[in-house]
Amino acid sequence: MSDFIQHLINGIASGTIYALIALGYTMVYGVLKLINFAHGDVMMVGVYVGYATAFQLGRAARTTLWGVLAIFLVAMAACALIGFLIERFAYRPLRDKPRLTALITAIGISFALSYGFQLDFGPLPGAAPRAFPEVIQPTEWLVLGDREVVVWNWQVISLLIAAALMVGLQYLVFRTRFGRAMRAVSFDHRVAGLMGIPTDRVIAVTFMLGSALAAGAGILYAIKDTSVQPLMGLYVGLKAFVAAVVGGIGNVPGAMVGALLLGLIEEFVVGYTASSWREAVAFGVLILVLLFKPEGLFGRVAAEKV
Amino acid sequence: MVESAAPAATPALLPAWARGVTPVVIALGALAFAQWSSGGSPFFVYIASVVGVNCILAVSLNIVNGMTGQFSIGHAGFMAVGAYTAGKISLAFADTAVAGVPVVASDQLFLLISLLAGGTGAALFGFLVGLPSLRLRGDYLAIVTLGFGEIIRVIVQNTPALGAALGLSGIPQTSTLFMVWFWVFVTVLVARRIAHSSHGRSLWAIREDEVAAEAMGVDTTAYKVRSFVISSFFAGVAGGLFAHFIPIINPNSFGFVKSMEVVVMVVAGGLGSTTGAIVAAVALTLLPEGLRTAFNAFSSDPALAQKADQIRMPIYGLLLVVLMLARPQGLFGTREVWDVLPRWLPRRRKGVA
Repeated sequence: MSDFIQHLINGIASGTIYALIALGYTMVYGVLKLINFAHGDVMMVGVYVGYATAFQLGRAARTTLWGVLAIFLVAMAACALIGFLIERFAYRPLRDKPRLTALITAIGISFALSYGFQLDFGPLPGAAPRAFPEVIQPTEWLVLGDREVVVWNWQVISLLIAAALMVGLQYLVFRTRFGRAMRAVSFDHRVAGLMGIPTDRVIAVTFMLGSALAAGAGILYAIKDTSVQPLMGLYVGLKAFVAAVVGGIGNVPGAMVGALLLGLIEEFVVGYTASSWREAVAFGVLILVLLFKPEGLFGRVAAEKV
Repeated sequence: MVESAAPAATPALLPAWARGVTPVVIALGALAFAQWSSGGSPFFVYIASVVGVNCILAVSLNIVNGMTGQFSIGHAGFMAVGAYTAGKISLAFADTAVAGVPVVASDQLFLLISLLAGGTGAALFGFLVGLPSLRLRGDYLAIVTLGFGEIIRVIVQNTPALGAALGLSGIPQTSTLFMVWFWVFVTVLVARRIAHSSHGRSLWAIREDEVAAEAMGVDTTAYKVRSFVISSFFAGVAGGLFAHFIPIINPNSFGFVKSMEVVVMVVAGGLGSTTGAIVAAVALTLLPEGLRTAFNAFSSDPALAQKADQIRMPIYGLLLVVLMLARPQGLFGTREVWDVLPRWLPRRRKGVA
């Protein structure tokens, strides 16, 4: 029983992190109908920016509240900028071209980022995994029984950060003028343009938001995993994408539920079998969802129009 | 080049019964000659084999990515299935030989059997992966194949029977130039035949507009899955060949990098152009080899050549982006090499627009 509770806690902790990344996929898909392949790799870049910031701050400063905040903000700002540049120069020129072109571009960017960061020229980091600095001193926040169930402080902190970011996003999308514009663009970006909505700007900001969320999530992931490596974007990104598909891609609450489900499934499969199957779980879930409910849990079946 | 369905306007050089057979006879003769004349140069045979395997991969991926307009980025995963299946079979039969025939012939027979088994295994996986994802819009295929490629790698890395991370070694190195280029020939033959058949017309229709194709009565899912299975089969064969001339195969030879290499070949050559895929495969295989040789010749520092090799990967990524922005149809588009030859050369009549 205590095993079960421990897995439940771990599953929720990783699920919330996947949720933040999945939101980026889902938001971009919502406004552009494009699977942003490079999303996971933008997250990886964010983690490296956070890593570099943490080292700049030094051991004493990075464990303070302001230090942690600075790490998050710098990484999120850097990723927002990268997201903006990618959208502006790689996706926008192709918006009216066949969808395959944008997909190939996205794959190209993903590849350039993940393998560009494997080079060990000058400031670039190189292929080997590095230890992410301890920005949060791991302490036990709650211990039940004879250390049967342990809740770590970083699990609680990342849950709180993720929850705060999600509530903020929910407010933005459903309660603000910008959110209304976003939903209009998602509904039909041509008609939205005719109604006077600055479509380009809305899409660009959506990209920046998604990328910033990914940076935040990436750092939380790096704190959990305690390591950084250039290909992490590929794996974590794939899982987050699966989460978005499970929830119904394009649907914001769906992405959160899907991510929590995926986090739990992964944790339980790994917990009760072997950890070497971790990478296979998400893929299996994706195949099952595509076979039986391809529109996802909350997605609508959209008829494709000519 | 392969005789395709000759349009009525071309003067018939050959009687009808010989048209199908002649290219095969010529190809077999040419291959036998290449095999005989290259006997003394193992480096040449190695490079020619790598080029051949990449040609098979590019031409077969072109059936899915080019002709059908779906986007698979996990071709190396199917290659891995083929390589490990064929490798295991060859290992099992390493000490067996067919009585009454020369050793060479018996080796080639066993190689052929394991290649066919490897191809079939890969085709089976292609069906399993393709069926759920090809029912949906194309982007899902990209993600699912990416995931599949990675999963295959993880599974192999965790399976002691397949050598885990260390790789599988001791596979009899029975691959020959003849066998590799025979399969290149078969792949090109099949690809060209598909392009010109009514099956191929359906694939082109799906590529141009899936909804319209469906409205015209094309069973889109069935055609997509079929082309995906054919493509996976040849990827498996390519993997099998690879396993029989590379001393050790390990999961990292079939990673995302390999898949991307093939994707770049197909995109650069022109989505839908079989000869374009071949040209790109040959160029993109020989170029890094040439660069490596050049770096080794000019500097004694081996690290420099290694760095040149590393930087290839991000360049491939950027190349895809630049190609899509500047020339989304690739080098040849859907045309074949003979459609773009200079005017004064005798031309073939166009088969497929």
